[in-house]
Amino acid sequence: MAKNHEHRDLFPGALEIMILQSLRFKPMHGYALVKHIKQVSDNLLQVEEGSLYPALQRMLREGWLESESGISAKGRPTRIYRLTDEGVRHLDAEVLSFEKMFAGITRVLADARA
Amino acid sequence: METVNRLFSRLLGRRRRFDDISVSIQEHIDERVDELMEDGMSRDKAEQAARREFGNRALIEERSREVWQWAALESVLSDVRFALRRLGKSPGLTATILLTLAMGIGANTAVFSVVNSVLLKPLPYPHSEGLAALWMNAPGAAGLSNFDSGLQLSPSMYLTFARHNHSFQSMGVWQMRNANVTGIAQPDEVNAACLSDGVLETLQVPTALGRWFTSADQDPRGAKTVMLNYGYWQRRFGGDRAVIGRSLQVDGKTRTIVGVMPEGFRVVDQEFDLLIPLAFDPTNEKLAGFGYTGIARLKPGVSLVQADADASRLISLWMDSWTNGPGSNPHYYEVWRITPNFRPLKQQVIGNIGNVLWVVMATVGLVMLIACVNVANLLMVRAETRHQELSIRAALGAGRARIVRELLIESVLLGVMGGAASLGVAYAGLRLLAAMGPADLPRLSEVSFDAGSLGFTFALAVFSGLLFGLIPAWKYARTKTSAIMIGANRTASTGRARQRSRSVLVVAQVAMALVLLVSSALMIRTFAALRRVEPGFADAAHVQTMSIFIPEQMAKDPRMVAVMQREIADKLAAIPGVASVGFAAAVPMDGNDPNWDLISVEGKEYPGGDGPLQLYNYVSPGYFQTLGTHMVAGRDFTWDDLEQVRPMVVVSESYARENWGAAQAAIGKRVRKYQGSPWQEVIGVVQDVHVHGVDEKAPAIIYWPAMFYDRFATPPTMDGLRFASFAIHSSRAGTEGLLAEMQQAVWSVNANLPLASIGTMQQLYRQSMARTSFTLVMLAIAGSMALALSIIGIYGVISYSVTQRTREIGIRLALGAKKSELVWMFVRTALVLVGVGTAVGLGAAAVLVRLMRTLLYGISPLDPITFLTVPIALAAAAALASYLPARRTAAIDPVEALRAE
Repeated sequence: MAKNHEHRDLFPGALEIMILQSLRFKPMHGYALVKHIKQVSDNLLQVEEGSLYPALQRMLREGWLESESGISAKGRPTRIYRLTDEGVRHLDAEVLSFEKMFAGITRVLADARA
Repeated sequence: METVNRLFSRLLGRRRRFDDISVSIQEHIDERVDELMEDGMSRDKAEQAARREFGNRALIEERSREVWQWAALESVLSDVRFALRRLGKSPGLTATILLTLAMGIGANTAVFSVVNSVLLKPLPYPHSEGLAALWMNAPGAAGLSNFDSGLQLSPSMYLTFARHNHSFQSMGVWQMRNANVTGIAQPDEVNAACLSDGVLETLQVPTALGRWFTSADQDPRGAKTVMLNYGYWQRRFGGDRAVIGRSLQVDGKTRTIVGVMPEGFRVVDQEFDLLIPLAFDPTNEKLAGFGYTGIARLKPGVSLVQADADASRLISLWMDSWTNGPGSNPHYYEVWRITPNFRPLKQQVIGNIGNVLWVVMATVGLVMLIACVNVANLLMVRAETRHQELSIRAALGAGRARIVRELLIESVLLGVMGGAASLGVAYAGLRLLAAMGPADLPRLSEVSFDAGSLGFTFALAVFSGLLFGLIPAWKYARTKTSAIMIGANRTASTGRARQRSRSVLVVAQVAMALVLLVSSALMIRTFAALRRVEPGFADAAHVQTMSIFIPEQMAKDPRMVAVMQREIADKLAAIPGVASVGFAAAVPMDGNDPNWDLISVEGKEYPGGDGPLQLYNYVSPGYFQTLGTHMVAGRDFTWDDLEQVRPMVVVSESYARENWGAAQAAIGKRVRKYQGSPWQEVIGVVQDVHVHGVDEKAPAIIYWPAMFYDRFATPPTMDGLRFASFAIHSSRAGTEGLLAEMQQAVWSVNANLPLASIGTMQQLYRQSMARTSFTLVMLAIAGSMALALSIIGIYGVISYSVTQRTREIGIRLALGAKKSELVWMFVRTALVLVGVGTAVGLGAAAVLVRLMRTLLYGISPLDPITFLTVPIALAAAAALASYLPARRTAAIDPVEALRAE
């Protein structure tokens, strides 16, 4: 358990943002999400299953996602996660605040280097 | 349980969610397997790898589900459900544990309720912490040193203190007496509390109806008033609110009812029917008359020490302001060295019963500990049988904390269930306590379950659950998973570590049981010592007692009183089956305040002129014979002696020895009260009587004849006892039939005379032993519970180890060990445990029994007989408890034992 917490993500909320962003364009099931993030980040980011599923449930509870029964590519039953309007709004707000934070961090780093 | 389950799920609509999680995760793993197989892995390998990559699936599912739960609460609930299911699977064990706990917790709750009501709750008066009982120390007053509490106040002392003190908001004195109420239906003898000004103001309990006494009511020449207590008001007046202003004949005096006190009101610890103003007349009071109980309310911020100092300074003022009559020395009391010894009222009310209660509380607490140890032992056996299950769960990813929590939940659950069951036991226990509690246990009737008791039960239930759960849980937590797995496999014998902690528990149990057994043995020895005390009367079960008060209104002439009393005695003696009759001012152990006189022996010189204070009693002819108090020398009074008012006296054996060396030597010698009183000849010496109870030393007593010259009256006149306690020796004592005939006999003399304080000497005798027998019974119950529990504990440990070591025994037998040696091997183990436990217990007992010192009589707390026999008895019981299971080894067939594996 401890292991999962240490490696959960870069900072609080990062995993949520990545999940929301990935689902923005296409509803996916859990395993697809893991693969998607891995691919998009060129293997830089690895999502821990120990964090993914509880995070998905948290986001369902917040109303940012909804789940529906679906069939996986292999024809087995699974659950597909889809972004809600509420989720889109939350993502936009989060992205905005992240960008501000990145900008701030970048400036500080630039200043320190100068 | 299933319904609860469903209710939860439906309520929160989560079953679907939980299915979703499982399906998602299953698909996750399946897809990964597919991928790996595409990479050329075999299905088995791929599945294995996918699972390993995914991690602890059960845990991740749980975490995901927890998002939807009140996480902590619900997982606890599911543990509770699981624990309940498991307990239901082993009903025998569960029932044993619950029964043990119900008894243990129940006993504790019952005793706690008593302690709570009697010792912890404040007195039922507003701001009762400021109330003080006013007692004086008088080390110089020889006879008075017999009193535990000290010297009470005299009216003049009260008047001085009340007028000049700077420490009290209010103060007053009071005295209980019997009063005859006439004019309503039957003549009625009631308890009256006579109050001075300031008592009601000190207690601060408002009336239910009407008003308190005012200073006008305390004017000896003012209007005569009376107040009623709630019970009497209900009983006699049916709670009529128009009672205020009506009048009542009290001892022949007409008094106007001015107020009614509310339900439950008492004057300190005294129940009463009427309140009557004392109405002291300051112009007539003397220094003497130390018969009044004083109470006061301290001013805020004033301590008892300050109040003591304040009153000390008033003692000489008191001696300067009053006298005992012309010619007497007012500073005589300097010899007594009177100093104030004020104490909190609560301490006064509780007295040394507090000691008894704390001992009993400690005792049942110890029993509870022993019970917990037993339950811990049982749970440990269970945890061991569950080793395999727990190991598998640990291997499947259950966290250690999770399993420990589950074990604890199970034990706390047992504790709480036991606690619930204990309420019945506690209720029955309280009824039992109320029935057999000693008379000096104040407010016993008020003891009840309240929020405090329930809180205590719950706290004790949870605490004991944690206590006996922690031992197996802690042991589990210390064991490595691998060790558990190995432990579950077959090894020749149980691991030493596991056996050791059970042994430690047995040692603790034996030690605690020993302490309890030693305490109860000490009480048994005390009780036996008390029973051996010759009380100074005999055949107590067949001596009926009752008292009669003849008020002035009924017989003004004291001679008439004496005539009436003799007539009553004669009529009583004529009842069939009555062997003899006598009367006195007080019968032994009836709790009536003793009376004291200054007595001088002829030919002796005393500092200050007067002899020391001696306890006295007035007795009629035949009184000693009726009580079975035998004459040691000389003779009893005769009616002739009384009627002629011959100057004669009978003394107790101890008084005779003290003054003349021997009983015989006392006959013909003379004593007198004060200087100037006539000398009175000693005509008889009687055996010593323990008038204050068997556990109190028998005091020296002077017996005056029941008719005498009252030298205080002006002019001195013949006087008799207006208040007399009759003793009737009859084989029919205590029967309704005799009582009815007694009533007829008394009423044939005067139909207005009520009979009071009806009982037998046996009852008085038992009452005086009540504190000891109460403690004895409580300790004996606790001691036997402790003994039974620890014997079960020893039996359990040996029996379990025999089962565990069956294989080892088989090998030993196969190798040629003798069966008797094997049996001895187990018994020896038990005896070693008992030996260690006994050593620890003896040490603890030697320290703890000192707390009981005041409860013991005639033996030392370190009584060698007790400290020798109890361990021997315990060892014998332990040997038996271990021999029975050990004998089973003899039945073991080595071939079977080895094949069993």
